[in-house]
Amino acid sequence: MRLSRLGWLLASFAVAALLVWGWQLIADYKLVSPVFLPGPDRAWGALVKGFSTGDLGVKLLATVERMFWGWLIASLIGIALGAAIGTSPRLRAYLAPMLEFLRPLPASAMIPVAIAVLGLSNGMVLAVIAFGALWPVLLATIHGFSAVEPRLYEVGRALGLSRASVIWKIALPSASPDILAGMRLGLTVALILSVVCEMIAGRDGLGNWILLAARSFRAPDLYAGVILLGVLGYVTAVALAALEARLLVWRSRAR
Amino acid sequence: MKRAWWKGLVVPAALIVLAELAMRVQGSTSMSLAAPSDIVAAFFAILFDGSLLLATRDTLVSAGIGLAAGGFIGLALGILFGLVKPLDRLMEVTIEAIRPIPSVAILPIAMLVFGFGYRMEIAIVAFSCLWPVMIMTRSAMAGIEPRLLEVSRALRLSTWDRVHKIVLPAALPRIMVAFRLAASIALVVAVTVEIAANPLGLGYGILVAQQALQPAVMLAYLVWIGIVGYLLNAALSLMQQRLFGRAGRVEAAS
Repeated sequence: MRLSRLGWLLASFAVAALLVWGWQLIADYKLVSPVFLPGPDRAWGALVKGFSTGDLGVKLLATVERMFWGWLIASLIGIALGAAIGTSPRLRAYLAPMLEFLRPLPASAMIPVAIAVLGLSNGMVLAVIAFGALWPVLLATIHGFSAVEPRLYEVGRALGLSRASVIWKIALPSASPDILAGMRLGLTVALILSVVCEMIAGRDGLGNWILLAARSFRAPDLYAGVILLGVLGYVTAVALAALEARLLVWRSRAR
Repeated sequence: MKRAWWKGLVVPAALIVLAELAMRVQGSTSMSLAAPSDIVAAFFAILFDGSLLLATRDTLVSAGIGLAAGGFIGLALGILFGLVKPLDRLMEVTIEAIRPIPSVAILPIAMLVFGFGYRMEIAIVAFSCLWPVMIMTRSAMAGIEPRLLEVSRALRLSTWDRVHKIVLPAALPRIMVAFRLAASIALVVAVTVEIAANPLGLGYGILVAQQALQPAVMLAYLVWIGIVGYLLNAALSLMQQRLFGRAGRVEAAS
């Protein structure tokens, strides 16, 4: 069983390689104008050149930092607010309808407002990313806290725990699968918003880089940037999934 | 439930009154914010001169066509991968390599290929809607009662008959959930594309209002985008409940 899984994976890699080769052929025979579609060789060349002689590494780091800080702020605020709202039915009755209304609002629509208030600064970018990534974390935390087994709260009351220790010892661990799922969604949002903000506000980073590459018809650079963003999306998703598996070990063990 | 509905209005109402008072006391000469009453006035101004409805139409048309195109491709791929397991496994690496690319990263490529306009926006919306629909359709295929497939085999149905008589109806409630998710993504992506590059629609409207230093108009657009998103979401939930009743709700919750 294990061997056949490996076999399928290898076959799957072979298919992917075949498709890249097909892309190369299309580019070589110029079936699609090379202005739009450079071959994988040229995109790879641009990637290598960007890292060795250019400052692609710096730009990648700038994007990653922006995404990470925005996401971290959003996660902390989201969990704190979510814990407060999720454990108090009264707060929930007053605030939940407003949150439901704000939730479908595209976070990118806040960018012009943020520019008007904060100017074209790094603070503006961070505020937008944190605002966008806040929603998935906040709503997941509220849901996780309100879905805690009521008997656990009764146990907490019977043990005479304070509200803070009920949250810390009972509700937070019990809601952690929901919270982590929300944080994973928030990370995707944070990456998208980092790129959008870089494009609009012209902050240095991958988003700005690919936009400039497209404007000056440097297609290989553009594809190199897009590939790099794909890798970034993939790596962060895998890293968070690994963290989730580690933090939630007790959950699978209990089953 | 009946007794508590007004509680949800207390906080927003208080915030609006507070904002109004703060702006009035300061004397609203701000270049970045506006009093709620000015925002309402600006809203009716852009509503009656037609620019708001025109922008809404542009955004909804792009989002709708993109959703239809991406949803259709996603549905077809999802059914294909769901029914033909070897193909699913062979494409795994390719799909997993393309899927994590953030939708906005496609923007410069679409700009290069299509230039500005509806087509590039539709292409990006379609790209972002494709993945959730594909993945949820594929897992909906896996959730079909195996006996139904056995029946279809016993009846010697053709592949086409099997798909549209057995597979699609059985998986429809979950596919509907996927489309609802994709619809909200479509609106968000459309507005994002308009803000980032494309000179059409609501996103462009809000950006122009900001650059023209008209905070009331900008915030009116923002509120309107929120209302459109909320109504779209509510309409889709209602449709889902009407069509599938309990089945749709249970799937949405799980």
